[in-house]
Amino acid sequence: MWFTERAYHHVPEEEVLKRRSFFGVPNTFFDAAKGSVLLNQYLDEKIYTDELGFDGVMLNEHHGTPFCMGAVMDVEAAVLARATKRVKIVLLGNPIPTVANPLRLAEELAMIDLISGGRLVPGWVRGAGSEQLANNANPAYNREYFDEAHDLIIAAWTKPGPFRWEGKHFHYRFVNPWVLPLQKPHPQMWIPGLISPETVKWCAEHRYPYVALATMLGPTLEMWEMYTTEAARHGYQAGPENFGYLQPIFVHETEEQADALGKNFLFGGGFANFARPEWMFPPGYNSKEATRRLANLYSNPNLPGKTLIPKHLHALNDIAAVKKAVYDNYDNAKESLQIITGTPKSVIPKLRKVLEVLRPGIFSFWLDGPAPQKDRMTCLRLLGTEVMPAVREIGKELGLSDPFEVKPGSRPLPSSGMPDRVGSPDALRAI
Amino acid sequence: MAEKGFTEEKVHVGDTELQILKIGKGKPLLVFHGELGFPGLLKWHTALAEKRTLYIPLHPGYGKTPPASWIMNIRDLGNFYSRFIREQKLTPTDVIGFSLGGWLAAEMATANSAQFNKMILVGAAGLRPPSGEIMDMFTVTARSYLNSNVLNFQDTPEFASLFGGEQTPLQYEEWEEARAETARIAWQPYMFTQSMENLLANIHGLPTLLIWGKQDNVVPLSVGEGFKKHIAGAKLVTFDHCGHMPEIEKSADFIKEVESFLG
Repeated sequence: MWFTERAYHHVPEEEVLKRRSFFGVPNTFFDAAKGSVLLNQYLDEKIYTDELGFDGVMLNEHHGTPFCMGAVMDVEAAVLARATKRVKIVLLGNPIPTVANPLRLAEELAMIDLISGGRLVPGWVRGAGSEQLANNANPAYNREYFDEAHDLIIAAWTKPGPFRWEGKHFHYRFVNPWVLPLQKPHPQMWIPGLISPETVKWCAEHRYPYVALATMLGPTLEMWEMYTTEAARHGYQAGPENFGYLQPIFVHETEEQADALGKNFLFGGGFANFARPEWMFPPGYNSKEATRRLANLYSNPNLPGKTLIPKHLHALNDIAAVKKAVYDNYDNAKESLQIITGTPKSVIPKLRKVLEVLRPGIFSFWLDGPAPQKDRMTCLRLLGTEVMPAVREIGKELGLSDPFEVKPGSRPLPSSGMPDRVGSPDALRAI
Repeated sequence: MAEKGFTEEKVHVGDTELQILKIGKGKPLLVFHGELGFPGLLKWHTALAEKRTLYIPLHPGYGKTPPASWIMNIRDLGNFYSRFIREQKLTPTDVIGFSLGGWLAAEMATANSAQFNKMILVGAAGLRPPSGEIMDMFTVTARSYLNSNVLNFQDTPEFASLFGGEQTPLQYEEWEEARAETARIAWQPYMFTQSMENLLANIHGLPTLLIWGKQDNVVPLSVGEGFKKHIAGAKLVTFDHCGHMPEIEKSADFIKEVESFLG
């Protein structure tokens, strides 16, 4: 599969670095003419993946940030539903706690599923903290909104209408959406995340595939274990079809060109500078447990006069130093396979390592960072024509079933009742 | 651990638990803390405690009182406290409320002003500012918000003794819990009741003192002036070179005004 944020790269990098945040960069930096070109280029890329034979394209949504222009990803999904023929359209995902009217969302998604001929894979997220601010959604009720909106959408798709909905946060006197999804009883749903334990457990309970967003391999494997244990508690054996992974990857004709492309992934500090802590963690957004973890991160009485805020942030006024600190991380990121760069020939063995460790049934290439579109298209072409066939072969060899081959949650537990491990710590140790 | 200088007790209001701090002797004075929770023992507590018993409930979700999921707005909280003071046989009582706590007292007074003898609102939220805005605590860290509460935090000794130094994990947790609870009841409209201006006319025969810092950066003085305009007979006292916390920024003057008003 293929994923990219639809970034607006015409903001000077210093504007992001000096704020330590993409979120909050004033929209006076936005040039609509440039935005128009970029959005169409991003759509063209996704249409190209369809021609190249990718299994799916993935979209996400962010608000108020040049990090991603997809503020209403259902609009893009609707375009792709009509403009593509074969790819699954995967939404990673709709931030349902920020949606004031989940019933309308159920209708939008049903329409996209119909137009695409049943190729939609919706997904749900709580939304980053900054999304709550951008949408004025009360973060203290984020988890409650999420649960209720999810239940309402499923009910709207599956329960015969008209019916009434009197929940805690949502109230409808007449739920009777006329347009319903083509896929029955409803489309598959995948849940992306940054390995929050609460979300991992929720996915396992609902038998939804969990898609880790380029997280470190070690902690990701730990979450796979947590999912597998929780799945066993709910009476099933998790398999590769329950797990997905997004892999930042930059492929070009030469190693040097690929390397130059890969460095762009760290533009502005990358995801680490998505939003400042006070915007990432608005009030009540985190569970008590998560707040406790953060409390120890942001303050420590055993270190009088010291702060645990990363050192490079102390040099905030020295943008050049901050920038250097950001790009000094590049080699580490490559070494730990957080970023993979190279020619098709050199990236395939690296991808094999990731696949052997995580054994995911869903695997997506992720390319981001400011780069000329011709380089992005070259990367896509090489991924589609040379890398993807090899990855498919590796997948077959490793028995990595996807969620369309094996229904997530359909595997019985071994007779011992003890679940088999899905990922491979041995393979991780070998890296 | 007991709060320094106070006795503590736990009561139940219906199914909801409430932790109360008490200090002093004499006629009760109900104290409503603000949006970042109870700050700790202050000079004005000690001074007032000479002649009054201060009842300081920790609002549900703040500090030692567990959250009550049914409390979703300031009206819910106000009704909860109406029941509390009735059941504790405190009604009618004198009340003093700070910031969000002032909004709470004003809300209760609009519903039933007879439940109070005298009311003091200090930098109180609750009314849409006729001019300016109430500072949004949700887009900044608790620490930055707290620093904005006083005109000059480095020149306010009581502020430094309470909040100075390295932020501890416990402080972070307590402030985050307070911010979360404030979000539950005050997310939008932020820190005011749309109909407050109209409802204030319901307050009858309730002696009311409004205390404001002239340089309040959190709840602008225009709100104090608005309360004065709409609460019959209300008196507005302002302190110059003072921000949102006159109780510590102008402690001596504050104590004098409060004692004189309460009699």
